[in-house]
Amino acid sequence: MRRLRERFPSAFTELRVVRPSVVKAVIDRKDLVEVCTHLKKELGFEHLSCVTAVDWKDHFESVYHLYSYKLGTTAQINAVIPYDDPKIASLVPLWNAARYHEREAWDLMGVTYEGNPKLERILLPKDFRYHPLRKDFPQETERQYITRRKLKTGGR
Amino acid sequence: MSGALVSPDLFTLCKVLITGIMKIQSDAILAGAPVGSPVEPLRGVAYFLMEDWFLTLNAWMIAITIMVTWAAAIQLLTLMWMERKFYSRLQDRYGIMISIWSLPFWPFSWWAQRRNKPTHRGLGYLQNVADGVKLLQKENITPANADSAMFHTAPVLIASSTVMIFAALPFSEGFVIANMPMSLLFILAAFSLAPLGILIAGWASNNKYSLIGGMRAAAQLMAYEIPLLLAVIAVLVYAGTLNVIDIVAKQETLLASVGPIPIPNWNVFSIPQFIGFAVFATAMMAEMERIPFDIPEAEAELVEGWLTEYSGMRFGLVFGFKWMRALAGSALVVILYFGGWSGPVFVTLTPSVGGTVVPIPIPPHEVWFLLKVYFLYLVFVWVSWSVPRVRIDQILNIGWKRLIPLALLAILLAASFVALGPALGGIR
Amino acid sequence: MAEFWVNMGPQHPMTHGLWNMRVKIDGETITDAEPEIGYLHRGYEKIMEVREFQKNVVLTDRLCYVSSITWSHAYCLACEKIMDVEVPPRGQWIRVIALELQRVASHLMWLAAYGPDLGLLTGLLWALRERELFLDLLQLLTGARMNQNFPRIGGVRNDLPPDFDKYCFKVIKHFREKMSEYERLFQDSKIFLMRTQGVGKISLADAIDWGVTGPNLRACGMDVDLRRLEPYEAYPEVEFEPQVWRGGDGGDSYARFMCRFNELRESCSIIEQAVKKAPSGAYRAKAPRRAEGEGFARTEDSRGEALFYVIGDGDDRPYRVKIRSPVFCTMAATPIMLRGNKMADVVSILGSVDVCVGEMDK
Repeated sequence: MRRLRERFPSAFTELRVVRPSVVKAVIDRKDLVEVCTHLKKELGFEHLSCVTAVDWKDHFESVYHLYSYKLGTTAQINAVIPYDDPKIASLVPLWNAARYHEREAWDLMGVTYEGNPKLERILLPKDFRYHPLRKDFPQETERQYITRRKLKTGGR
Repeated sequence: MSGALVSPDLFTLCKVLITGIMKIQSDAILAGAPVGSPVEPLRGVAYFLMEDWFLTLNAWMIAITIMVTWAAAIQLLTLMWMERKFYSRLQDRYGIMISIWSLPFWPFSWWAQRRNKPTHRGLGYLQNVADGVKLLQKENITPANADSAMFHTAPVLIASSTVMIFAALPFSEGFVIANMPMSLLFILAAFSLAPLGILIAGWASNNKYSLIGGMRAAAQLMAYEIPLLLAVIAVLVYAGTLNVIDIVAKQETLLASVGPIPIPNWNVFSIPQFIGFAVFATAMMAEMERIPFDIPEAEAELVEGWLTEYSGMRFGLVFGFKWMRALAGSALVVILYFGGWSGPVFVTLTPSVGGTVVPIPIPPHEVWFLLKVYFLYLVFVWVSWSVPRVRIDQILNIGWKRLIPLALLAILLAASFVALGPALGGIR
Repeated sequence: MAEFWVNMGPQHPMTHGLWNMRVKIDGETITDAEPEIGYLHRGYEKIMEVREFQKNVVLTDRLCYVSSITWSHAYCLACEKIMDVEVPPRGQWIRVIALELQRVASHLMWLAAYGPDLGLLTGLLWALRERELFLDLLQLLTGARMNQNFPRIGGVRNDLPPDFDKYCFKVIKHFREKMSEYERLFQDSKIFLMRTQGVGKISLADAIDWGVTGPNLRACGMDVDLRRLEPYEAYPEVEFEPQVWRGGDGGDSYARFMCRFNELRESCSIIEQAVKKAPSGAYRAKAPRRAEGEGFARTEDSRGEALFYVIGDGDDRPYRVKIRSPVFCTMAATPIMLRGNKMADVVSILGSVDVCVGEMDK
């Protein structure tokens, strides 16, 4: 699996082999589409497993897990996104599997994926105002939807 | 062969009964108000009670009540009970078990404890009564934007057209209300009125699901009317008459004897009629809306289909009349193909009641008829609960493309056998 | 009739669970479809950030309540990768047994739900009758029938009870006889074949593109089973065969049905082997409380590929847990499967995809 490392183009922040058959790469958000295109077309990573958005309090990360059935390798791409501009390009043109995952990341974390044809709330109700998975959304807080009993008793 | 319990005719029996009752009453009044007493005008009542038109009217009403109660209450409950027990045993479970031991009042509750019979271990016959009572006490909801007149008319149409079938459907050669010369035509026509009610119900419910269900029901039931009627034509070629009682009478002769067992001349034992039987049975399963043909009320796809919006006893009516149509359908199959009520009468008791000898055949023709109907109905239930549902376009495919040619073949064969049969050595 | 959108759900006897399927129909043919999910969203990823690592196993059980051990096991695998804990061999074999038992129970639940969808109500009761036996086995092993809270980070909760292998063999022998009955009920029925063959086709390229995994992908003809490709636990030493549809053009409901159905047999043979081969020894290793790092684990869930991505930051609670549910991705691919079929096929297709809303909505 180490031969994958040499085939990568430049402009990487960090690249290492984490475990046997797992490669991890940390890149900036600008290079996302090129890297992923290269991975899909040249190296044959045809299965997009998962798109995650992580909130490290000073920056976001959009983590992609790609898998290649032929090579049996997983590539984990961490794309760093600055905190005050949570936008990143969407991978929908490459893999259709990204659609729902990106919608979910937008829904829960608030990271905008430009190019996703239908970026709207998927898990939460359509008129929900917050992005709950962020670290500044405390666990028990002012809820948008509150039960009648809690309203009456004035609970949290 | 006069093997019927109700003979010669239901109406005659009722007339005899009511004449007897009225005579007793009339004699009592005449005896209690002799000429010259202050209550003499009561003698007029006594004479009125014995008037012929009064007796006829009462006899008709009693006859109709008996028939409707028999078919719509007793047979319905029995069929529902049989089906539920049978298919639950197919599914490896006990099935419905509420019986009279479950009634919470004395003497049943006291009796149940004494006999160590818990409430839910009975035979299960009263479960359907309980379901009916449950439906009666539910709220009748009408959807807001539904076409109210049509919405309420549809179950009435379905129920009344189904009960109308039993005006002409005999349960033996005497147990019939109206012995018309063309009773088969009447029965089939009354059977075919219900799809109209289903379509009205689907449209008037103001619900996309109901509309789809109603349309599907209309398409399916219409498609299967035709093979039904074509198969009946094949029977008519043999029987030569539309009177149901005569059709059965023609099947009572002896066809052959296999050892000690005589084989009667049932229509199903002849080749074209066998094809016709297959067509008729399949078409009847589709008309009765049983699985595999129950797309109109397929619960997994369209909730309840065309009867989604009905609640309470309206739902009970349309739901319960599915079983009455099943009874009518099975009865038709038995009459046309299996020899109706004909069966051997083993012994005839002749007790004498009040001077006249009343022959009671054991077992009477009604019992044979019911046995055959139940057996055929259980076969339908067996098939119904063992196979998945057929998709609507596949149903229509089968109806139009496969059953109609078979039915036409049956007619062709039947006509040719009737015309050329004697010349070819009695083939039938 | 013009085209209009019909809502199938959220209250619907067909949808096992709470989600909405909007289909646009033209007469009887479906031209477009759009699932609406999120009715069962419980905020798992947020809750899991405030509970300790081990306590989250209770939550992951309830992700897919029909198949709970597989999900907790995936989570424990991910945590073990962060904490660098090695599960002792006996623990691995017990995990395999529990996983396969749970897989059989989950597939039987699917079978019990699929029969009535098509109108075969007898299938419901027969499949649930067999599932009772397997739930009894699970109760013997773990103490509960559903949501067992069985896997621990570093092993399992308790050892195999005594005489467990005898009970397993008895149940599996009985089950194998019943499987032939099921075959006669389902596969030999011409109406069943009419309802499921050729319906809901998805091509292999589409399936991989949209992220379909598990039996749904194997039905398209691709020999992919995560228990073979990325073996975890004791799977390298277990002989079984991933059920792949090799019959030509697969990808329809019948292929999915056959793949899932045959997995029942394979799981039974895995259980038998595992029960015989389990070595003695410890079944649980001690896991540290605090963990730092990130790790992910992907396992072959009953429905596809389940992936847990856990990030720890040195605290005794995870920093971020991401749950990748196979049904979530397959739900995105359902419009492709549905287009062009008749409306009556929606049940057949969605039933064969095996939707479990709990894992879809987290």
